[in-house]
Amino acid sequence: MTGRFRRLDETDRAPVRLTVDGSDITALTGDTLMVAMLANGHALRSAEFGPERRAGFCLMGACQDCWVRDADGNAFRACSTEVAEGLAISTQPLTADWAVAP
Amino acid sequence: MNGQVVIVGAGPAGVRAAEALVKAGVLPVVIDEGRRSGGQIYRRQPDHFKRSYDTLYGSEAHRAAAVHRAFDALLPHIDYRPETLVWNVAEGHVWATRAGETEAIPYDRLIVCSGATDRLAPVPGWQLAGCYSLGGSQVALKAQACSIGGAVVFMGTGPLLYLVASQYVKAGANVVAVLDTSPFAGRVKALPKLAEQPDLLWQGMKLTLALKRAGVTVLSGMTPAEITGDPETGVSGVTIRTASGTLRHFECDAVAMGWHLRPETQIADLARASFAFDKATRQWLPEIDGDGRAHVPGLYLAGDGAKVLGARSAEVTGELAALAALADMGVAVDKDRCRHLRAERVRYVRFAQGLAEAFPWPHQFVADTADSTVVCRCEGVTAATLRASVSEAYATETNRAKAFSRVGMGRCQGRYCGNASAEIVAALRGEPVECAGRLRGQAPVKPIPVGTARTDV
Amino acid sequence: MSAAESTADVAIIGGGLMGCSAAFFLAQRGLSVVLLETDKVGRQASGTNFGNVRRQGRPISQLPLANRASRIWRSANELLGADVEYLQNGHIRVCFRDRPENVGKMEEYAAQAREEGLDLELLSGNVLRERFPWLGADVLAGSHSALDGHANPRLAAPAFARAAMKLGAQVVEDTKIVHAAKIGEDFVLEAEDGRRFRAPTLLVTAGAWAGKIVSQFGEPVKLTPRAPTMSVTEPVPYAILPAVGVMTPDEVETVYFRQVARGNIVLGGSTRAPSYPDEYRAYVMPQNTMTQFHHLRRLAPALAKLQVIRVWSGIEGYTDDSLPVMGPSGTVPGLFYAFGFSGSGFQIGPGVGETMAELIATGHTDIPIEGYSIKRFA
Repeated sequence: MTGRFRRLDETDRAPVRLTVDGSDITALTGDTLMVAMLANGHALRSAEFGPERRAGFCLMGACQDCWVRDADGNAFRACSTEVAEGLAISTQPLTADWAVAP
Repeated sequence: MNGQVVIVGAGPAGVRAAEALVKAGVLPVVIDEGRRSGGQIYRRQPDHFKRSYDTLYGSEAHRAAAVHRAFDALLPHIDYRPETLVWNVAEGHVWATRAGETEAIPYDRLIVCSGATDRLAPVPGWQLAGCYSLGGSQVALKAQACSIGGAVVFMGTGPLLYLVASQYVKAGANVVAVLDTSPFAGRVKALPKLAEQPDLLWQGMKLTLALKRAGVTVLSGMTPAEITGDPETGVSGVTIRTASGTLRHFECDAVAMGWHLRPETQIADLARASFAFDKATRQWLPEIDGDGRAHVPGLYLAGDGAKVLGARSAEVTGELAALAALADMGVAVDKDRCRHLRAERVRYVRFAQGLAEAFPWPHQFVADTADSTVVCRCEGVTAATLRASVSEAYATETNRAKAFSRVGMGRCQGRYCGNASAEIVAALRGEPVECAGRLRGQAPVKPIPVGTARTDV
Repeated sequence: MSAAESTADVAIIGGGLMGCSAAFFLAQRGLSVVLLETDKVGRQASGTNFGNVRRQGRPISQLPLANRASRIWRSANELLGADVEYLQNGHIRVCFRDRPENVGKMEEYAAQAREEGLDLELLSGNVLRERFPWLGADVLAGSHSALDGHANPRLAAPAFARAAMKLGAQVVEDTKIVHAAKIGEDFVLEAEDGRRFRAPTLLVTAGAWAGKIVSQFGEPVKLTPRAPTMSVTEPVPYAILPAVGVMTPDEVETVYFRQVARGNIVLGGSTRAPSYPDEYRAYVMPQNTMTQFHHLRRLAPALAKLQVIRVWSGIEGYTDDSLPVMGPSGTVPGLFYAFGFSGSGFQIGPGVGETMAELIATGHTDIPIEGYSIKRFA
């Protein structure tokens, strides 16, 4: 499927595989997590206080709109995190049992 | 000449500051959030990317290359901390955190080169997925070789609007329109000041021509009406009112928006710099002398983080601040060099005044923000709620309005709504915008996890 | 000085929660009130504290006042016509595993509290973790107060001030009183800009700033200005209902947290910093933020993954015995005090206001406040 972002150049980099909401996606070495997710999809997360999906805003670590989490609940600012093989990212809010002590 | 100097930021100002210190035999700590040096405007692409300097930086390629080379040459001499966030400043220490670990780094002198971010005006629908800051759209291209969408509208004002749009065109992206809130007449009036930097003025004119030649609609003096779209799928178009008053709609899946820049002043604020209102840009700026000294002894501010004067000026003010720090440490500095740099700075200040006149912040449009428009994207707070904090809860300025309405209380700490909030609060109270004050900086400068642990005790 | 004079039955100096709620309850009793605030109402200790509406842990002798306050909190939204975000979701006070001696103290406290109408349920660490699975393994035992809760301090004092205004009280912000004296039957208060206010009764609720005023009446009290260490996280799904705090003799371990309905988690406690009432400044010391995080992770390990988006502080006034000054002046008729709440005033705030209003209007209250008399510092 076509994502939100369009790659214009630099497409001959080695592929990196990760999952988003359980689906496999292929990114390129050197992608930010944000580019990896938005080259393959349309959103990073849901707004907490509105009905809309969010896809980041400033891309320079200032607006904090692009925080996502992995399966263990670790948070990543997608615009300033490089993709890594095997990452499993969720675009959904934390589940209600997030607080349960490990 | 002992004395620990810490520089925050490795953009053009930070690099030139570090260079001047090293030249004088003072080896600074340089802390930067970026993975690589260069800052935003001279941001370096990641390893594995192959585009040339000309492709990445266009007319500024030689400047970008020079800044990068200068910093690379400093590496053996400085304590460089990339990917490190300064999240607080207290009692002669910056608190720096990297990968969940934090330490207090002592300083005798602190040179803050914290750069700038886009200044945003709230437009109905700007919370939708597919809306990006103008600077953000440039980062997508420069650092990742991506367009933010399949059909992009650029909206706002300022030279960056035309620069990024033309970079998109050149890179093969589909640019639908460039929509400027500033009337064309203002640019003509500002020409004498803009002539301070004739090549930049010429670049700007060439960019507009190139856009028009590429078939991009370019409109001046327009008023944004709405960013249309769907909460689930995001942006579907932009509706504006043209200068002649007719509504026009542009279909697109991405919007890049920005109205010039605003300095990132949180670190200066936490270091207790004083602030003064700048009428030309309708912003509060940290107070510095002509060399970059803040009113707090040992604190120096340079680059766009002190006052937005552009990348070229950042190299000048970065060096100037370092020379000021050296002079204050009792190190002999080249007085002719200082005089030259000060004179350069004055020319950039005049040019920046010209830009502010040519591409004004549309404060009346912001003051008139519709009640239903989201002002604070983080907290999803509308203009109506912000106005109620004034009309029903007697907020008189923007910090009080924040306490009652939550505008500015979210993750971004008001970076993207603070300017608008002040305009809306002041207009409702019938006061000049400076009466609405400025959102005070609060740590952490950017979020840090509760899991953050100290490594230095 | 020919400045205009404003008169009322009662003048109040200090627009924190005590002053604002006193203004409201005095106005409700039909008295005319002028409330004078140097800055904006509820901006310092009252607006920047943790928001604990907690009775347990207070001195047993304070529980009647705390119970009175609890009744007001429960009806606050209707009473004030504004939402102060009061959530009566309970309060848990825990002790850490390395301080087993506190379990006995908790039991002793619970027995005494029961006699004052505060029911506390003592639970072992395992039972606590079954009911509140976010508590960490370091929690040894705890005491659960089901009818305590939390509210939003940013909203509470201003809401009382606005409700007082609706009843006719004058709320005068940005007005610093620089001179206060009793002249004849009236107190005459002079603001920095020369405006004068006159009233036969004066209530001083000026928090950390009260010292200067009370010394003008010959009753000096030493107040130490301190600054709480506060933080708030990003919003996450609502999962933690009660407010939680640690019982410990060591200030660095005294951390607490609560989740607001929007999802943010308010974190507080650990070492307090000094503050500067003359400059109207209080700073969060980063080293205290770090110790706060450390002990919070012991209390609720899952917090570690959440991002803190803001820290803040405010100016609190501490007495030497950490008990408030509350009641009539020891020397000047018509003069009343309610200040020095020493970082523990938020829950009892509305009860203080109602009690002071009762005392001023009727000359009497059944709430035991003798122990808070200013005469103890004479």
